Amino acid sequence: MSVPALCLQDVTCRFAGRGLSAQPYTAVEGVRLSVEAGEFLSVVGPTGCGKSTLLNMAAGLLQPSAGTVQVDGRPLSGINRRAGYLFQSDALLPWRNARANVATGLDFRGIAPAEARAQAQRWLERVGLGRAGERFPHQLSGGMRKRVALAQMLILNPALLLMDEPFSALDVQTRQHMENELLAIWQADRKAVLFITHDLEEAIALSDRVVVLSAGPASRVVGEFLIDLPRPRDVAEIRLTSTFLDLHRKIWGALRAEVMKAHEQNQA
Amino acid sequence: MNRTKPRLWPWHLALLLGVFGLWQALTSSGVLPEFFFGQPTKVLLKVAQWILGGEIYPHLAVTLVETLLAFALGTALGLVVGLWLGLMPTASALAEPYITAANSMPRVVLAPIFAVWFGLGIWSKVALGVTLVFFIVFFNVYQGVREVDPVILANARMLGASRRQLVRHVYLPSATSWVFSSLHTSVGMAFVGAVVGEYLGSARGVGYLILQAEGAFEINTVFAGILVLTGCALLLDALVNLLERRLLTWRPSRDGAATTRD
Ligand SMILES: Nc1ncnc2c1ncn2[C@@H]1O[C@H](COP(=O)(O)OP(=O)(O)OP(=O)(O)O)[C@@H](O)[C@H]1O
Ligand SMILES: [Mg+2]
Repeated sequence: MSVPALCLQDVTCRFAGRGLSAQPYTAVEGVRLSVEAGEFLSVVGPTGCGKSTLLNMAAGLLQPSAGTVQVDGRPLSGINRRAGYLFQSDALLPWRNARANVATGLDFRGIAPAEARAQAQRWLERVGLGRAGERFPHQLSGGMRKRVALAQMLILNPALLLMDEPFSALDVQTRQHMENELLAIWQADRKAVLFITHDLEEAIALSDRVVVLSAGPASRVVGEFLIDLPRPRDVAEIRLTSTFLDLHRKIWGALRAEVMKAHEQNQA
Repeated sequence: MNRTKPRLWPWHLALLLGVFGLWQALTSSGVLPEFFFGQPTKVLLKVAQWILGGEIYPHLAVTLVETLLAFALGTALGLVVGLWLGLMPTASALAEPYITAANSMPRVVLAPIFAVWFGLGIWSKVALGVTLVFFIVFFNVYQGVREVDPVILANARMLGASRRQLVRHVYLPSATSWVFSSLHTSVGMAFVGAVVGEYLGSARGVGYLILQAEGAFEINTVFAGILVLTGCALLLDALVNLLERRLLTWRPSRDGAATTRD
């Protein structure tokens, strides 16, 4: 077996407490997770369990308190240069129009502006926003902004995609369209994907493997499920197959207990 | 989306005429002594004389040059120092008490010192204006740099931005929008610096005209000077608005409720 594209080895992340009750908060503890080359891996878990935290560690934006992150077999230090990151919240540069936003990474790499613009325009067209290039982020809808962000990430052709609930703010139709689009793009050159979601159906429909995290604090992996659904898939149709429903029942069994626990904690 | 604004200007005009009318009535009827309160018709006559006779232009030019120099230098200095300190937590922690002290000092008292250092020409007025403008811009930029959205920063870093590119493409544009919110105040402050400087010692400028008129108890001329200064201040403010609209096209427009972010 080849080396995994990304490997989190027993990573723990502790946040320093704020204010008077300065107790450190352990978000995740001893998480072991690896994404094989070409694999589409989803992580599901209750809200606040530490999914974004895991992704930030994989991106090199956050240093694990314990454990190591390995990228293609090498320990990561600093920013993960092989990864593209689609953030959970809006992260476009508000002072750049859509096209310039997509071209941002190319600009940073010193690509000639004309060339960068042309490539950005092609990517805008791929995400269905060919005519919105002149608009600034505040002039785009939430779904359009997500698509611009997707193009902004993909234009750099990263080997590893880190995606944090990218479609959770979209309406159902746009969402399924984007999911299919993502699968098509992924199918073309099989990048490694670490996909975060709280939507189990989405996780199953897209992934090769689904990992379930426990409720925080000190969240860890409590289940791992192989998704042996045939590809290429259509995310809307695959939900109706019996294999899908079986998988859903099985994984939901593991996830439900954690969701309930997280809910009770939030109530308390 | 042009929302049709209620037409307010007739009311604005009416209010202005009303105040002037009342002033005129009170002073011409002798309720208020004309010697101390002047008379609007005479004030306006003076302004007209200045403008038509051309007497005001050299003075106005001096005051405006001082204002613009103070504004430009103060803004540039505030931007550079604000960016620099905002990006250097150690340096800013070291400098913070001194900055606070310098800012709370009434800087107008520096005018005589500047007069000694830079003479009675325009530079002592520019220096006074710079000290007033600098702090406004500085604090805004400093704040702007520290409050850059961390997600946008993280995104730029993931897209491969070097430290320099972060400053150029994230911190600077973010700080610029803060600078603009302070430009209206700072242009006014540059003006104050120029006029107060002239008032405290000079041989030219609108502030000097006012001082002269005061010495001769020509209260109407004093009011005429104030009127001219107000007009100029309004003009400068409109200029800043224009600049703002050119440079900040990316921001949701202030009155465009249709384009706010969710
Ligand atoms: N900088 C921080 N300082 C202190 N605590 C933090 C910090 N960032 C996150 N946390 C805490 O760590 C936990 C995990 O946060 P994280 O953002 O990873 O959750 P999540 O699983 O992504 O949640 P969601 O599904 O709502 O996005 C939360 O309880 C949060 O309060
Ligand atoms: Mg999250």
